Amino acid sequence: MHEMSLAEGVLQIVEAAVAETRCQRVKEVRLEIGALSGVEVEALRFCMDVVLRNSPAEGAAVVFETLPGQGWCMQCADTVAIGALYEACPRCGSYQVQPTGGMEMRVKDLLVD
Amino acid sequence: MCTVCGCAEGETRIEGDARHEHEHVGADGAVYRHVHGHGHGLGGGHSHGHGHVHEHGHEHDHDHDHDHDHDHDHEHDHGHSHPDAGGHGHDLHYGLGPAHAHAPGLSQERMVRIEQDILGKNDGIAAANRRWLAERAIFALNLVSSPGSGKTTLLVKTIEALSGQIPVSVVEGDQQTSHDADRIRATGAPAIQVNTGKGCHLDAHMVGQALVRLAPEPGSLLMIENVGNLVCPAAFDLGEAHKVVILSVTEGEDKPLKYPDMFHAADLMLLSKVDLLPYLTFDVDRCIDYARRVKPGLPVILVSTVSGDGMTEWLDWLAAGLAACPSPAQD
Repeated sequence: MHEMSLAEGVLQIVEAAVAETRCQRVKEVRLEIGALSGVEVEALRFCMDVVLRNSPAEGAAVVFETLPGQGWCMQCADTVAIGALYEACPRCGSYQVQPTGGMEMRVKDLLVD
Repeated sequence: MCTVCGCAEGETRIEGDARHEHEHVGADGAVYRHVHGHGHGLGGGHSHGHGHVHEHGHEHDHDHDHDHDHDHDHEHDHGHSHPDAGGHGHDLHYGLGPAHAHAPGLSQERMVRIEQDILGKNDGIAAANRRWLAERAIFALNLVSSPGSGKTTLLVKTIEALSGQIPVSVVEGDQQTSHDADRIRATGAPAIQVNTGKGCHLDAHMVGQALVRLAPEPGSLLMIENVGNLVCPAAFDLGEAHKVVILSVTEGEDKPLKYPDMFHAADLMLLSKVDLLPYLTFDVDRCIDYARRVKPGLPVILVSTVSGDGMTEWLDWLAAGLAACPSPAQD
């Protein structure tokens, strides 16, 4: 979804960091994307490539770290692993699972010169 | 910021606005971008100054920045001193990179820790919108659905039903045309159209600008009709009190599973066009079950603007939400 907007958001964060650190060039951008965030990693990778052109991060490697989906199962009263928002608790089969982790969309760090 | 999904500049139009003012890329390709880096992660401690940063690459012979992160223990010992080691202490960087090259003209790689939400900027503006609305005790809803679910018709009927009781104003989001805002204005309610151009969703910045122009009255109901799209608007907080997802019974009962993000983001589901149920094979119970798999406990109201079914329940829900808003600040 809207990966181009997200890529633009990454670019703004990168540009602010470049201005702040007065570095010359960004060589690597590391992103943390939660499994439940709705972000299509391959689409975002493509958009990053386009958006970073003519920026201090042109040609930078974009590295994705996927964070696992987690939810709170109300039946089990415990944290369980889920792969999608609509998945049942893998333990008891209940759908009363509130996502608690894996919604992240973050720029983690940059490798700069 | 470029508020347009699809990255095209100059596509967003808000009624009454000749152009939108944003950063630009010069004809020579140089980026003149005003960076307002005030995004911050949830609970993260990053704050960045609001300075308008014009990028201009002035060269220093010596790279001053080689602060080391002290909590890692690599052992290369570079015992040369820097004649002008100006201690540029920037909050952001931790020199984790291999700091071998200090000779003039050579670069020094380092890691800059960021830990910022990609949508942090949108979320910051949404928070400002939310404060603005709270100060005026305006109950704001973000109506989301696929195109053709009957959002605008529902709005028109809602405005008519609340006429003389609760003032309503509307922000209409569409890629193009002001047809929807025209329909709302025909009811007598103030409305402003936001055309997103190539964009597939409204964002907080667009809504903030629309609020200033629309100037909804204190204690009123603000309806933000998002671009018809069951995917993208889920991720963009506009500053609303609730997202309300509208699903029409002609769309198929498995939409909540196909587009889980939207149904998860919503606080209320309106199942619309229920007057058509006798002609369809739509399984209402299954649809609600699917929606609650994605969002446990999601309240659901079955409505029809044709038969009037569910309208009382919907209007009561609105009135309760409005009543829960604190009184407008007096000044």
